[in-house]
Amino acid sequence: MGSNMAEAHPVGFQWVVEAKLRGAKVIHIDPRFTRTSALAHTFVPVRAGADIAILGGVINYILTNEKDFREYVLAYTNASTLVSEDFRDTEDLDGLFSGYDPETNTYDQSSWAYQGHEEELGGTTHTERETAAGLQQESHGPPIPGDVARDDTLQDPRCVYQVLKRHYARYTPEVVAQICGVPEEKFLEVCEAWTRNSGRERTTALVYSVGWTQHSVGVQYIRTGAIIQLLLGNMGRPGGGVMALRGHASIQGSTDIPTLFNLLPGYLPMPTYDQHETFREWVDSIRHPGQKGFWANAEAYAVSLLKSYFGDAATAENDWGYGWLPRMTGDHGTYQQVMDMIDGKIKGYFLLGQNPAVGSAHGRAQRLGMANLDWLVVRDPYMIESATFWKSGPEIATGEIKTEECRTEVFFMPAASYAEKEGTFTQTQRMLQWREQAVEPPGDARSELWFFFHLGRRIRERLAGSTLPRDEGILKLAWDYPMHGARGDEPDAAEVLKEINGYDLTTGQLLTTFNQMKPDGSTSGGCWIYTGVFADGVNQAARRRPGQEQSWVAPEWGWAWPANRRILYNRASADPDGRPWSERKAYVWWDTENNEWTGHDVPDFEKTKPPSYRPPEDATGVQAISGDDAFIMQGDGKGWLYAPSGLIDGPMPTHYEPAESPARNPLYGQQANPTRKVYDRPDNLTNPSPPERHSEIYPYVFTTSRLTEHHTAGGMSRQLPYLAELQPEMFVEVSPQLAAERGLHHLGWAHVITARTAIEARVLVTDRLVPLRIEDRTIHQIWLPYHWGNEGVVTGDSANDLVGLALDPNVLIQESKVGTCDIQPGRRPIGPALLRYVADYQQRAGLAPDHHTPIVTTSEDGNHGEQ
Amino acid sequence: MVDLVGVKTWIEGWPVYRQLTGTDPLGRGAAAQSPRSKALSPRTEEADSVAKSICPYCAVGCGQRIFVKDGKVIQIEGDPDSPISRGRLCPKGSASKSLVTSDRRVNNVLYRRPYGTEWESLDLETAMDMIADRVLTARNQTWEDNAEDGRPLNRTLGISSLGGATLDNEENYIIKKLFTAIGALQIENQARI
Repeated sequence: MGSNMAEAHPVGFQWVVEAKLRGAKVIHIDPRFTRTSALAHTFVPVRAGADIAILGGVINYILTNEKDFREYVLAYTNASTLVSEDFRDTEDLDGLFSGYDPETNTYDQSSWAYQGHEEELGGTTHTERETAAGLQQESHGPPIPGDVARDDTLQDPRCVYQVLKRHYARYTPEVVAQICGVPEEKFLEVCEAWTRNSGRERTTALVYSVGWTQHSVGVQYIRTGAIIQLLLGNMGRPGGGVMALRGHASIQGSTDIPTLFNLLPGYLPMPTYDQHETFREWVDSIRHPGQKGFWANAEAYAVSLLKSYFGDAATAENDWGYGWLPRMTGDHGTYQQVMDMIDGKIKGYFLLGQNPAVGSAHGRAQRLGMANLDWLVVRDPYMIESATFWKSGPEIATGEIKTEECRTEVFFMPAASYAEKEGTFTQTQRMLQWREQAVEPPGDARSELWFFFHLGRRIRERLAGSTLPRDEGILKLAWDYPMHGARGDEPDAAEVLKEINGYDLTTGQLLTTFNQMKPDGSTSGGCWIYTGVFADGVNQAARRRPGQEQSWVAPEWGWAWPANRRILYNRASADPDGRPWSERKAYVWWDTENNEWTGHDVPDFEKTKPPSYRPPEDATGVQAISGDDAFIMQGDGKGWLYAPSGLIDGPMPTHYEPAESPARNPLYGQQANPTRKVYDRPDNLTNPSPPERHSEIYPYVFTTSRLTEHHTAGGMSRQLPYLAELQPEMFVEVSPQLAAERGLHHLGWAHVITARTAIEARVLVTDRLVPLRIEDRTIHQIWLPYHWGNEGVVTGDSANDLVGLALDPNVLIQESKVGTCDIQPGRRPIGPALLRYVADYQQRAGLAPDHHTPIVTTSEDGNHGEQ
Repeated sequence: MVDLVGVKTWIEGWPVYRQLTGTDPLGRGAAAQSPRSKALSPRTEEADSVAKSICPYCAVGCGQRIFVKDGKVIQIEGDPDSPISRGRLCPKGSASKSLVTSDRRVNNVLYRRPYGTEWESLDLETAMDMIADRVLTARNQTWEDNAEDGRPLNRTLGISSLGGATLDNEENYIIKKLFTAIGALQIENQARI
């Protein structure tokens, strides 16, 4: 769902085909019939941006017909937990949950809490939204007390099961058809197939790709899928799960060891200036004293990180150098940065194998921002659009950037390719794989390891002797890596990986597991979840025992975090007593003879804690995890059907229309996500949506995705003749009906218009796109690939230039997978005429520069959720 | 005198005969082989070394073998040992050799001075020195010791960085470590988009 796996991840798709050959049923749910649909048993066309409605309909089907895997749900989820009496649902408040603050457009979440814990979770979530705090939950749940009231009969109207049931009661097959355009019988076929194929004997996998994250409700899309998979008992079990297919070789690794503003390695939060002023405040906000689970040891992970950063200079007396860390005051994300570049607040910018002029939303804002810097460093093996905006970008044509007046100083630094350096990628299932270096990089090309080590060395040399407090951290930094390689100046990547793994500093031995980490400064470790990658002094990521010589789990190929576990929460593959749910689906289980957990994978549980273990009354931390708490990183040990905290936009997913939609939300007065992050500026206008007037000016829905022959912004594919020849030109797919409506001709030109710009493309008229009936009218969808730009062997307009900036509030990712547009035959205007053309559309749509898109759209008599 | 041996050789050398009598009835393998193609060997056999690698495109993580001769990449193939990919590569992965060896790569530092109209060349060491100077200047111009309420900030918002998802874990680690130590917060990558 929301994945064209056959096209975007074709080699991974071989396993889907293999499953199909063994009898699995494959269902593809997507706005467009694709190569994946062609290999599926059933294709279900859906309106882009309506996934919560269809998945919410599946939840309603499960609960109405009691198709949930009841034993699993009772044992491993929070279905029986009681929710506060104060909680009010979107069903009561016209699309808002209780606690909404229209001033900040965020929630006070205290009424969402479990019963009796309202006071502990209070407070506004404004700061959490600005700092994308949801990302911290990648490796663990948000804080929650362990002692909660339950009703194991699931009859109490305040229990999660009943709250969930009421919340989704209106997501009936008729309503799903009305919102998504999915015929009722197709929808019921999905429901029946999914539920029939789940339970003791069978499991169903849900696959999405990161397009799902590119929505103003992206996190809640994934939550909806997770709720279904929990209700049906498909989590922690072989053949189950929610599988995210990511699109860059190490995008998982760059999240785990984050080049992200709001995180430190291992999902430790970057400090926020007022919440984390002291080391103690920071650490306690992570480990939550009194809470259940492995996060209780967070102080050991945090101190070990600071020991890796600052070495001997990190001491108990100086709080391990905590004072040298920079502090957040709000949103410092990439889109805020772009706005700040336009406003002249940012001096210098590094681009490291990323091409925002094509790959990021709102390309014009990206390029105008880069044209207003003091300096820009671009590191790439190929010339990319982000390095040439000053001489050949679209704004040169419109006159918005004039080369002679553009002050940005640009350094193009050639980068070594993946074959010219050694190191690890972390692929999409958390597996690290070590790459050997094949050859030396050509000319001036260098690795990032080389560039940043020697940049840091130069900075430290220049600051040597400084007594300014600001320079203390960089001068105390542990920055001494052994060099090797043909030039003798390449930092040894294996030594860096060892630093990430961590050491026992008293013996100098590499750590084997993060359980060995200590909060007293006697251990180091640059990313606690990666500890064990160098277990026993061996580079475990370099293991290459052939797959055909191993079990189907293949545990000796590469190394997966944490602890080489291939399926997370796999304790749930056994029943509460530790027996496999069925022989067919046996994965890990309690070995009653040896009194330990065993199985095909590394058990995601303390090895010798029996299923019968029950914690003492006052237990905290790991000791408080019961023998049947399968979800060990959650504060209550349970998989969450209802999230009492941790999500900015609601404890349960709710259908909101996209920020730009031609349709009024049929379920609620509240049109779109009321907590979405917006940048309300004249240079980021949003196309009008109901209940605003003039949505007919941009009447069509567009979505974008990948082609198998190209890669993201094209820097690694449009430069290669083979790939360029296979997919030579930017195009737009339209249905025959839309082609007739707008006079578009197959292989002719068309241009697509939004409030941001207009782009042109060749027309592909195809019945892969079908008009949908939504609320008694026809809605047309168009599709565009997003790989093109003006550099490379093949060039074309960039689809991301169409996209405005409205972000998911949990993770600050933009809504680029759905928007509204117009499409017209012929090529777009060029030069300044393009600006006038786009402005004319804006004017007709009522988008004056001071236009503000309404955020709260509940009915007049609605109480806006204020309690 | 008829040279029977020669005739036999001649007949057996005829592809149709080989196709009808041999192990290749469809004529797509051994039966269709000419003496020239028979004498060919894959260039991978001539490699001096083979590096075990991973495809650099998407996050499936397909195994690759990179064949090297005389310090040059001569072939990149799927690694049949990989339990993920079982030797397969998609069109992009199959084009990896082109990615590494293309003459379209830019192999020397290029510099565009402020208000400049063309690229200029620049020595790598000079460029590194210039970048280090600019980082420190930007940092000094925008440094914030404390917030208005006196709480520490210890940061610069004058420097940004974008990218990391195509890079190694070790590189991301060292990037984050350095930027954090100089107080640069605005470090982002593809995971945000």
